[in-house]
Amino acid sequence: MRKRSLIPILYIAFLLLPIYWLVAMSFKTTGEILSGFSLFPQTFTLQNYIVIFTDPTWYWGYINSILYVSLNTVISVTVALPAAYAFSRYRFLGDKQLFFWLLTNRMAPAAVFALPFFQLYSSVGLFDTHLAVALAHCLFNIPLAVWILEGFMGGVPKELDETAYVDGYSFPRFFVTIFLPTIKAGVGVAAFFCFMFSWVELLLAKTLTAVEAKPIAATMTKTASSAGYELGLLAAAGTLTIIPGAIVIYFVRNYIAKGFALGRV
Amino acid sequence: MKTENQKAWFFVLPVLILVAFNALVPIMTVVNYSVQETFGNNVFFWQGLDWFEQILRSDRFHAALGRQFLFTFLILIIEIPLGIIVALSMPRKGFWVPVCLVTMALPMLIPWNVVGSMWNIFTLPNIGLLGYFMNDVLGINYDMTQQPLSAWITIIVMDVWHWTSLVVLLSYAGLVSIPDAYYQAAKIDGASPWKVFRYIQLPKMKTVLTIAILLRFMDSFNIYTEPFVLTGGGPGNSTTLLSIDLVKIALGQFDLGPAAAMSLIYFAITLLVSWLFYTLMTKDDAK
Repeated sequence: MRKRSLIPILYIAFLLLPIYWLVAMSFKTTGEILSGFSLFPQTFTLQNYIVIFTDPTWYWGYINSILYVSLNTVISVTVALPAAYAFSRYRFLGDKQLFFWLLTNRMAPAAVFALPFFQLYSSVGLFDTHLAVALAHCLFNIPLAVWILEGFMGGVPKELDETAYVDGYSFPRFFVTIFLPTIKAGVGVAAFFCFMFSWVELLLAKTLTAVEAKPIAATMTKTASSAGYELGLLAAAGTLTIIPGAIVIYFVRNYIAKGFALGRV
Repeated sequence: MKTENQKAWFFVLPVLILVAFNALVPIMTVVNYSVQETFGNNVFFWQGLDWFEQILRSDRFHAALGRQFLFTFLILIIEIPLGIIVALSMPRKGFWVPVCLVTMALPMLIPWNVVGSMWNIFTLPNIGLLGYFMNDVLGINYDMTQQPLSAWITIIVMDVWHWTSLVVLLSYAGLVSIPDAYYQAAKIDGASPWKVFRYIQLPKMKTVLTIAILLRFMDSFNIYTEPFVLTGGGPGNSTTLLSIDLVKIALGQFDLGPAAAMSLIYFAITLLVSWLFYTLMTKDDAK
């Protein structure tokens, strides 16, 4: 038993090493970083974090990211709920084809869509708005939400619906007061995955924004290339991007696998 | 049994409109570019299938496609077995289960460019932890900005770091669904650990592993941000994968026709595998 637990410990150590290094770097001064190797910060400094929290171009990056990610999560889950219900309860013309087509969008390489997205959102006057990024991320998040929710709804027996109708519930009342509470774990997982994939995506978010809605990730790449070796600042900004994910993941820890399997475990 | 109801279309309509707006308009734009030539000023000339022929015959595309398949192949043969091994040795119950699940999922929640930056900082020679360890402690000459081999090892290890947990979590979900009675029966029969794995655990993990393999195939085939931030496709072109090459042609050189043709070929390969993914998954659903 002791020998067996060695493997997960080694694996977790491997996962945490680069993260430790990023966090350690964020507490170092630029001088210390460039002067050579040190395992722990010698002159512990919060300067990098102070810069981020006082410079509007930095902290607005975070606000922009959180705005479009939240907007996207709300849109994706809201429209996916009735669609997932339809897929899990009814047969209709072209249902299988539609379900598959949704999945292909989840699998499309983002690089293929970068330029046409720029032209599309420019032509409808949404370029450089939070709504543009939120809508663009719907491309892969809506299919994901539909698949995950359909997986959870499939586990709810159909008798629940029928009993409610016999008891005189109308569809909207049944859906909101009985069905939604039954699948609330699924809604949570779908929301988490939309949040996550919108949060980690950069290519489309960067293509669709310039100044007003620029995500934190794009601010970082600009710093990496233009300000030379501001490694401490870059590390601090990176560390801060890990926090939202680390907070929300605790709540869905038992459902992560189900979400990644698109609701099919 | 599902009931037939055509009105269900109204439930699906909002999804259809939003996804179609995002998928069909851009794809039609790409198709449009792929058969035309432009010299700017919105003047276009009919080009037919010339761009497709040019891309399919070009050495540059073959090289990028080759690198892409090599990358995806290495990712699969490392991450899938490693993920299964870690999942098998994870605790099944108790305090350490949520600790393992949360820390293992952490790399997947980090923005992709931060993953690139993090590994850049981690591997810098003389400054980064790994770079220092390799060069100054082990005395191995390691510099991914100079040596193609170092760059390749780094992007592979980075992806293993980033995504092996996906395989772990999925396999683990399959493993915990096995009832204790199965193991007890195996014990009575005196089955070896290998036999337990081969005849009890592996069949139970089949569905989740299929999903894991195909998700890892798709995502590593479409990878862009992490290697772009880490190596920028270099040194030279040694780590220029398909997506990186595509963005170079489209946004770097602004060769819209060839880039569009390449996008469609790329997407076709992706679709082919998606179809495989879907048929394999629904085959199990139907049983």
